Amino acid sequence: MSDQEQTKPKRPKIPRQKMPEQDPIERGHNFYEVALGYDNDLALLEASRCLHCKKPYCMSGCPVEVDIPDFIELVKAGDYVGAAWKVKEKNSLPRIAGRVCPQESQCEAKCVLFKKGKGESCAIGRLERFVADYAAIHAPDQIPELPKPTGLKVGVVGSGPAGLTLAGGLIKKGVAVTVFEALHELGGVLVYGIPEFRLPKAIVKAEVDELRRLGVEFKTNWVIGRIETVDDLLEKRKLDAVFIGSGAGAPLFLKIPGENLNGVYSANEYLTRSNLMKAYKFPEADTPVAKGRRVVVFGGGNVAMDSARTALRLGAAEVTIVYRRTTAELPARAEEVHHAVEEGIKFQLLTAPLEIIGNEAGWAVGVKCQRMQLGEPDASGRRRPVPIADDFFDIECDTVIVSIGNAANPLVPSTTKNLETNKWGNIVADLETGKTPKDRVWAGGDIVTGAATVILAMGAGRKSALSMMSTFGIS
Amino acid sequence: MFEILEKERIGPGVNRAVISAPDIARAHQPGQFIILRTHEDGERIPLTVADKDAEKGTITLVWQEVGVTTYYMGTLCVGEKLHDMCGPLGKPTHVEKFGTVVGVGGGIGVAPLYPITKAMHDAGNHVITIVGARTEGLLIMTEDMRKVCDELLIATDDGSFGIHGFVTQVLQGLIDQGKKIDLCVAIGPVPMMRAVVNVTRKASLPTVVSLNPIMVDGTGMCGACRVEVGGKTMFGCVDGPEFDGHEVDFDLLMKRLAMYKGPELIALNRFRETDRGCQCTFPGG
Repeated sequence: MSDQEQTKPKRPKIPRQKMPEQDPIERGHNFYEVALGYDNDLALLEASRCLHCKKPYCMSGCPVEVDIPDFIELVKAGDYVGAAWKVKEKNSLPRIAGRVCPQESQCEAKCVLFKKGKGESCAIGRLERFVADYAAIHAPDQIPELPKPTGLKVGVVGSGPAGLTLAGGLIKKGVAVTVFEALHELGGVLVYGIPEFRLPKAIVKAEVDELRRLGVEFKTNWVIGRIETVDDLLEKRKLDAVFIGSGAGAPLFLKIPGENLNGVYSANEYLTRSNLMKAYKFPEADTPVAKGRRVVVFGGGNVAMDSARTALRLGAAEVTIVYRRTTAELPARAEEVHHAVEEGIKFQLLTAPLEIIGNEAGWAVGVKCQRMQLGEPDASGRRRPVPIADDFFDIECDTVIVSIGNAANPLVPSTTKNLETNKWGNIVADLETGKTPKDRVWAGGDIVTGAATVILAMGAGRKSALSMMSTFGIS
Repeated sequence: MFEILEKERIGPGVNRAVISAPDIARAHQPGQFIILRTHEDGERIPLTVADKDAEKGTITLVWQEVGVTTYYMGTLCVGEKLHDMCGPLGKPTHVEKFGTVVGVGGGIGVAPLYPITKAMHDAGNHVITIVGARTEGLLIMTEDMRKVCDELLIATDDGSFGIHGFVTQVLQGLIDQGKKIDLCVAIGPVPMMRAVVNVTRKASLPTVVSLNPIMVDGTGMCGACRVEVGGKTMFGCVDGPEFDGHEVDFDLLMKRLAMYKGPELIALNRFRETDRGCQCTFPGG
């Protein structure tokens, strides 16, 4: 060691701590969570990497503005439960966000460790998950002191990430909140869409139960637009405000021949059967799903990855993702693509499905495809896929999952008076406040933006909660 | 909630139950359906509501035992509860004064036809109802139906009761008599509905059918209930359940209804081995 180094001791360079994961081959046959989470030692080591910047850029990358340096300081001090509640001041669903947020393009993308080219960013998401899991296990019944009731009553349409976040934000300010959910389980896309191996249902349930302990009321099997309308909530139930977070739950199809053959599913249906209805344990659970041997998935987003990986776990021998562009343009999170590749999912890139081929009995037996190449960038800035003339081929399969996105579900907008929608059917609302032009009605999440991410929906829920609070004069 | 208040067997494998469901009873309109589960790991099945009493807070369901859930329901006794129920779902029947409306109900389809008939009658229509079944013992709700329509015609395939023949022959008879009919509403097994629309198409008689595709959520979220109407893909749960019968692709509907035949049998056989499902101790039987 040189003299200079002795006088100016360098901080030991600690690498970004990896999160333990289930073995890729083994996990391809089970529905247990893939990522196993940090233990105390790993969390302390990772937390020690945080520079506690005076100007925390990371916070500006977080849609719900979690006090990131402060919660990590509490981790360093070993106060994990305190750290969890520091997170929960801004984010009511940290166990969920810690698992499904695309941190690499949000908080972690702004981390100084990463930005200055000094190496990898602090693993904020993994630490968030660690503290929230720790608190749930070691201090499960702890809830913060609640303020006196304000007398205000708010209704929430949909119990997905936007609605739950809003409910959590308002209940902590003394607002009475009732959440109306169409399905029999609470959590929206968190329970019907995101698979168990990425987000265990028990975690969603625990987060919902915490909101219940805080005083949020829930009504399941309650379809707003059918059993009562948004206007009924305002006028008959005399609620002071309503937040619409009904999501983008209306599956899109390619409108190619053969899409209504048996064995062809929307990703929503395939995942709902498998997750919400527990078809993976059929016949122990009554709902079946086609357990395809050769499965083809159309699309390249996170939902396509979830569908492909679910098919694998249901016993498929071969799962192929068919996507029109290249790996670089895949809309899915890098981590999800990586996991899919590790598990043996095949990627048939630069390929467009033209037709699903069926047999006499009406079952899908193959997909007719055409090879593509990338042309000029389109309106989205991504290079447009252009078909290569006469370059066709077939993929044999027995199950097809169409995962090309979701449109706005028209049920709530079409049954609410004076609610504006745009040409895609999304509710028109101010993106900063969630306020719609309709008096006392806010909206946020996918029903406003079109299909996006869990954390953006949570951000929208938080913004609407803040906007309601300022409208009603609550600090 | 969802307690079974009355239950009776009204035919072989066919049950009728009055169930406590005040919120659904208040909001329900003719043509709409509910989705129910019998237990935590149960499937979600759609059933069209056969009647309701908003004041008493009850709805009436009629079902035929065909799969694991409907068999399970068959074993439920008065005092027991359904696990949960969601509704009302689907678009209500378009009811107005059309003039003369002919309702055609086949088999179990008579049950969902009942509230529509009542509503059409209340709206001032002259309502003729044709009720059919394979044989006398399979006829259901004929006396209920008689009270809410102007003319009731009953047909059995084997001639054991009423007119000897199919409902389509009776309908054809009405058309041949030159009766002015403004609307036909047909609910029953898919082959019956297809046969009815083949008759009414020739007579250019507008015909509404109520479809029963396989569903999961019932709110337009999953698309399991895809049907083709006029060459367009529609969702049975939110665009229906009622559609223009002349435009429906019934072949596709039949094929899609058969999608889970294998698994359905596995689930049913498994249920029959449980205490509840065992035929020898059939509590509801």
